[in-house]
Amino acid sequence: MELLRRIFPHPQLTILLTLVWLFLANAPSLNSLVFGLILGIIIPFVTQPYWPDRPKLRNWPMVIEYMLVVLWDIVVANVTVAKIILFKRDADRQPNWVCIPLELRTPEAITVLAGTITMTPGTVSCDLSAQGHNLLVHCLDTSDPDAVRDQIKQRYERRLKEIFE
Amino acid sequence: MEFIFELLIAFFLIVSGIFGFVGSFGMIKLKDPMSRLHAPTKATTLGVGGVLLASICHSVLIEGHLSLHELLITLFLFLTAPITALFIAKWHIHRHEKPEDLPDAGEDELWATHAVEQVEDVPDHSAN
Repeated sequence: MELLRRIFPHPQLTILLTLVWLFLANAPSLNSLVFGLILGIIIPFVTQPYWPDRPKLRNWPMVIEYMLVVLWDIVVANVTVAKIILFKRDADRQPNWVCIPLELRTPEAITVLAGTITMTPGTVSCDLSAQGHNLLVHCLDTSDPDAVRDQIKQRYERRLKEIFE
Repeated sequence: MEFIFELLIAFFLIVSGIFGFVGSFGMIKLKDPMSRLHAPTKATTLGVGGVLLASICHSVLIEGHLSLHELLITLFLFLTAPITALFIAKWHIHRHEKPEDLPDAGEDELWATHAVEQVEDVPDHSAN
């Protein structure tokens, strides 16, 4: 077991790299699978010192659920924002800053949350507070910043907390 | 059958065209710099997403082989787009926003961009 950990310091990264290589090759063959595996073993092994406190992903079904929720939200938010841009007068729009107090402490989890907020149209994550306890989000059009904050905490942060912490 | 496939592919292409257009139109219509930042996020999600879905459909339904390059493009876009947006936003906060104008940062008092030493001779562009 110890030997296995030493050869595969980061099994999930090994699988991810192999998959990425297979997608890049774009034609499933034994050839690309073997080369993908070689890359997937060498790269985690070499970069191991750069992952000192790697978070453990638990709750894999939640990862899938999170991705589906985010994809759905992206589609819905795209339509909402398109309506705002096309049909709303610029003077009526209420751009607003929203401060989101974070319960997440893992840097990787905060990165994923900030990325999700940016990729969902209508909100862009702009800054982190000095000690990383709050996230500053800019909202394209909202009259109620508290509702935006609660929605992000409820939909994304709660799920990320279950995945990472 | 071929006709239905082509209809599906055309649908995805039109969706991506519409959202790409709305994204670019937003760059002109929105007046303040922070709101302008919202426009490209639409072009990179449904705008590019539509083209990629159409491309996957075309290779699976018409050419008859599975192509997964498109998933990689999505992966790389989702990794890089938030970083550029964050950098532009941080630049804007650094040059044009004062700590008083932003919401309270709670127990940390300052947002990270303001927590570094401030340079005094910054030209004031906050009016635009």
